[in-house]
Amino acid sequence: MVMVKRKIRVLIGKPGLDGHDRGAKTVASVLRDHGMEVIYSGLHKTPSEIAEAAAQEDVDVVGLSILSGAHMSLFPRVREELAQRGKQEVLLVGGGIIPAEDVDALEKDGYARLFGPGTNTDEIANWITSEMQIRFESEGDEE
Amino acid sequence: MTVAEKKKPIAERLLEGDRNAVARLITWAENGDTRFHQALAGIYPELGRARRLGVTGPPGAGKSTLVNELVGELRREDRQVGVLAVDPSSPFTGGALLGDRIRMESRTIDPGVFIRSMASRDSHGGLARATIDACDVMDAFGFDDVLIETVGVGQAEYDVVSAADTVVVVLCPGAGDSIQAMKSGLLEVADIIVVNKNDLPGAQRMVVDLEEAVHIRLAGKGRWITPVVTCSAGRGEAVADVLAEISRHGEHLGEQGLSALRTQKRAGQVRLAVGELIDDYLWGEAGYSQRVASELDAGRTPYEVAGEIRDAVLRGERP
Repeated sequence: MVMVKRKIRVLIGKPGLDGHDRGAKTVASVLRDHGMEVIYSGLHKTPSEIAEAAAQEDVDVVGLSILSGAHMSLFPRVREELAQRGKQEVLLVGGGIIPAEDVDALEKDGYARLFGPGTNTDEIANWITSEMQIRFESEGDEE
Repeated sequence: MTVAEKKKPIAERLLEGDRNAVARLITWAENGDTRFHQALAGIYPELGRARRLGVTGPPGAGKSTLVNELVGELRREDRQVGVLAVDPSSPFTGGALLGDRIRMESRTIDPGVFIRSMASRDSHGGLARATIDACDVMDAFGFDDVLIETVGVGQAEYDVVSAADTVVVVLCPGAGDSIQAMKSGLLEVADIIVVNKNDLPGAQRMVVDLEEAVHIRLAGKGRWITPVVTCSAGRGEAVADVLAEISRHGEHLGEQGLSALRTQKRAGQVRLAVGELIDDYLWGEAGYSQRVASELDAGRTPYEVAGEIRDAVLRGERP
């Protein structure tokens, strides 16, 4: 059998109204440099647009960049929209200006792993890589 | 989705209109996953209804913008459209930044459109195979048109062309004269040439030069003479003219011509698949790599070793 070459596919999304995507683009480039296939959504996307793109692209990971303060509503909305499309297994991560107590609350609810300002970009890439390795191995031959 | 639905064979789910099945089958096709081959057997009889259009051209010519406008035109005719947008992979890290969606962002939530970004990966025939496979998935799902947008440069675009019934080459003024286009070999794959950004100076001149180049190459009765049309995809102007030429090319091919063309392309796909299988047999885990290394260490020339490997293969000797 020809060896299966599996790639980590990531969608970097900018939900909502904030127009600052320097961070999103930086993270997208870093993940690309770690060998991932990264799709960037562009600015001002709704949660349903992000989830639909994630479904069409069959990504393993969705990364949200939120600097508008609307993270407490946007993260759950994206997760819901993903679930509606049968994509609840997608690894949801995020970054932006998010207060520590909100980070705790979101992570506890299982919404996402969050990376705040000052995070070393390699740390993000390495975390995703090792998380996906575990998932790929445990999935085996399942769909 | 219930467990029972999930258990259904993926080919069946695809034919029933499950969009996640489209996405997953394309992933398998890209990965060279053999589960795709099983699924293909289930959908193969359904294939052949979709029109497959390739859009290629140098970087910055406006391929994504034109594709987006073409999708808009096709949607006005209420046709269902699948888009495959190929962007380059880094040869160093294997990673890729896929940005074509951004120019088609208004289409994401249109249920009549499905956009998939593909990285060119190693493209040793792999991309060509994956593109044909992805077209087959979209065809079986029921899209009326599948638009394939290639990377801007290099061999990969010829690979992608091998999946299309009609190839549109997009050029624009100011990016080198028409001699550049002739050099690159782009004109040879074109069924239709589009001079985009027709509001820029030099557009008309470019059309004349290209028409001349086409006519030099393609004299002959009954042959398709590659038309040169202009448009401004960015302003949404004259895109219908491009579509009209695409339809005219389809009529020119006719049912028989299309069928012959597709058979020829399927044969190319078989060659690619055989190449990949043999390559894996030769150089995969249980392959001849070890033997090559030891023969080279023994001081033989590369050609002596190559001849020996060929003989060993022909004798049916296992590596």
